[in-house]
Amino acid sequence: MNAPPTHRTLTLEGMTVDTRDGRLVDDVSITLARGEVVALVGVSGSGKSLSCAAALDTLPSGTLKRAGQAHLDGAPIAATLLRGRVVASIMQNPRSAFNPVRTLKSHFDETLKGLGVARKARGPRTRQAMLDAGLDDPERLLKLYPFEMSGGMLQRTMIALALASEAPFLFADEPTTDLDVIHQRDILDLLADLRTRFGLGILLITHDMGVVARLADRVLVMDQGRLVESAPVETLFKRPQHGVSQALVEAHLALYPHLQAPS
Amino acid sequence: MSFLSADGVSHGYASRRSFLRRRPAPPVLEAVSLYIAQGETLGLLGRSGCGKSTLARLLTGLETPRQGTVRFQGKAISTLDKPGWQAFRRQVQMVFQDPQSAVNPRLTVAEIISEPLIHLTDLPRAQHPARVAELLEAVGLAHRLARRYPFELSGGQLQRVCIARALAPRPSLIVLDEAVSNLDLHLQIQMLELFTALKRDVGVAFLFVTHDLRLVERFCSRVLVMGAGQLVEDRPVTSPLTLTSPEGQALCQAVLPALPKQMTPLRERLALESVS
Repeated sequence: MNAPPTHRTLTLEGMTVDTRDGRLVDDVSITLARGEVVALVGVSGSGKSLSCAAALDTLPSGTLKRAGQAHLDGAPIAATLLRGRVVASIMQNPRSAFNPVRTLKSHFDETLKGLGVARKARGPRTRQAMLDAGLDDPERLLKLYPFEMSGGMLQRTMIALALASEAPFLFADEPTTDLDVIHQRDILDLLADLRTRFGLGILLITHDMGVVARLADRVLVMDQGRLVESAPVETLFKRPQHGVSQALVEAHLALYPHLQAPS
Repeated sequence: MSFLSADGVSHGYASRRSFLRRRPAPPVLEAVSLYIAQGETLGLLGRSGCGKSTLARLLTGLETPRQGTVRFQGKAISTLDKPGWQAFRRQVQMVFQDPQSAVNPRLTVAEIISEPLIHLTDLPRAQHPARVAELLEAVGLAHRLARRYPFELSGGQLQRVCIARALAPRPSLIVLDEAVSNLDLHLQIQMLELFTALKRDVGVAFLFVTHDLRLVERFCSRVLVMGAGQLVEDRPVTSPLTLTSPEGQALCQAVLPALPKQMTPLRERLALESVS
């Protein structure tokens, strides 16, 4: 992973998404630095995923991007150049992100081919990415089909694909929601490790404040399409300002009944 | 007397790899025995692939075990006659993990919730809309959603429709197979509060299948831990919950932190560091 050292900050500015019926995302701006984990939290339907999709031009049909521009180190950059090259994405359900009738190897080949990587370089780069993502024995795994792997392994493979693209930033949309607690812990450990090892900048979309507590440096809270709070993670847990943030933290802490209130 | 029990239940699924030579099915469950008492909240804890969903399906009669018996109020469910089977169906309801595949996409929400009322209860048809409205309110859904179709609802809304459907015939036991894990946290807590009220006021029993220890600790009175097709631990729930089996401890240690690391009290952090 030697992404160009010039890529320091990614800024999404004024993301606005509409449908026929109204506004879904209203003027959302996000700044993400290398080596930083920013959590984007909010209840489902608050526009977390749409804000990111707007930046990458991957909005679902029926929605329309009204405004918004991404900047890389201050210079505007087109969404097509952002996607896959600067920003890699991993999603909640890795199983639906893979083509079920193709082996893992062909997924890596397709990704790397799309990025213009020479045929000869693809194999070594794939193997290195898999090892970096904690997948031992890449040769054996690359021959497998998605249905032959567990959800946790597939999510690791998604991360390996992201690493193979050598993008300096990662959008992780509910990366652990469908996994059991043990796989969840392992994937979060892996993301934390990649952040320090490769200086990956991670935008973590989640509704689980436990995931936020484990991984995030800074938290952005969304409600009904707007950003309502932005705070360092400790501040948000200690003194949430907005009602939505308070509700999120309160609901989360209610799961730890024997925990003493933070002083 | 136990309300529902399993006695030495084993089960497996045949692999379809070779159609000339049927390979023996690898066991998913091996000699599992358990009971659920009237009005009890029992947690079934295990990582994915350990067989907890299979066990839930056997207990609700959706599948028949290879070996062993499932008993409903002392009677093996394989020997139930038609009225007995209907009583079993009415009294034991299940909510599945994936709501999209658990509803008929061509029915409206009101029709989905009415189905058990039609088939399992003798409530007059005229009273169904009122009961549906009551159930929608109980799970916190707006009444206008009653005329919508599943594809018009979010995953969280649809899961609550499934919960309302399970509540509809006033069951005595509800099996929740990861039924709340995909909901937003405040909705998870809202659903747990609803279940707690049902337990307290009506004496409904729950089998709560999950991998999340925090929910078990909050909601259940007894917990079973499952590892690789076998029950490895059975204990009353205490706060904080301590599990002693290796499988249970692995699940304990994977629980997400309550607070960011910088905020955990110094002593706790030191203790953690001295372990690693």
